[in-house]
Amino acid sequence: MKSLEELKAIRAKMQGQVGLRAEDHTHTRVVVGMATCGIASGARPVLNTLAEEVQKRALTGKISVTQTGCIGLCKYEPIVEVLEPNKPKVTYIRMNPQKALDVIEQHLIRGQVVAEYTLGAAEDIK
Amino acid sequence: MMPEISLNILDVAENSTRAGASLVSISVQIDTANDRLSVRIQDDGCGMTAEQIAQVTDPFFTTRKTRKVGLGVPFFKSAAELTGGSFSIASTVGVGTCVTAVFVLSSIDRMPLGDMTATMHSLIVYHPETDFLYTYQYDERSFTLDTREFRQILEGLPLDTPEVSQYIREYLMENKAETDNGRLI
Repeated sequence: MKSLEELKAIRAKMQGQVGLRAEDHTHTRVVVGMATCGIASGARPVLNTLAEEVQKRALTGKISVTQTGCIGLCKYEPIVEVLEPNKPKVTYIRMNPQKALDVIEQHLIRGQVVAEYTLGAAEDIK
Repeated sequence: MMPEISLNILDVAENSTRAGASLVSISVQIDTANDRLSVRIQDDGCGMTAEQIAQVTDPFFTTRKTRKVGLGVPFFKSAAELTGGSFSIASTVGVGTCVTAVFVLSSIDRMPLGDMTATMHSLIVYHPETDFLYTYQYDERSFTLDTREFRQILEGLPLDTPEVSQYIREYLMENKAETDNGRLI
């Protein structure tokens, strides 16, 4: 069994590193809808992919990945909202782990909204 | 429909956190001798009135305002009952709610348990205000994760700190594999 000693070692290593995160107003928030509709259409792997990648690419200082309930657009789930400070909210729809990687790469790192995955793109089709 | 039992657990436990629970206890018990897989989700949230309990398994009842249907509990109930198992929900206003689903383990209609590690990890890391007590049992073997114990060791270091989050994932994964010998359930 994995022991709690390892957790104690992490605590010791991180001593004094608490509070290094950026202030809320400079933070980009990535929000994943995790109600029944989101979960049933595959939000859990999307959330995990986003969180893992942000961690892997050492972006946790400026991007936080969080979850929310039903956004009210169930037919477009899994939905990911990107809220950057002083910018309009971007809503990505029908997400999957691969699209999540694209959003990290193109939007969160390079600053280019992945237009084809957005709610706006879906509404244009109609 | 949810493709995995673990996704039903994630969904129903989300309700507990939204009910303002400070502690959510989740247990998954696999009992091969009695051919049962039992799931219990218990919280100390706001609870429900008798009237609400009567309505909660109705897919056309929900307390939310964003849409008119509430499918989480009906999905979980039908998934258990399809296997010949059972489902129950008990709740007291101001005390909390307990949801129990029993699946017949060998039933052809039983969906796979799925990724319990991902479910528990998501619950723990994304609900910093809530404590979780998770027990996973396979016949005589079991393991427990108690975030209250983790928090005591961490002395204020958040559970979503990348290193801690990674540790929680490994703790869940490795201890589950030791408990059920890596069986696909």
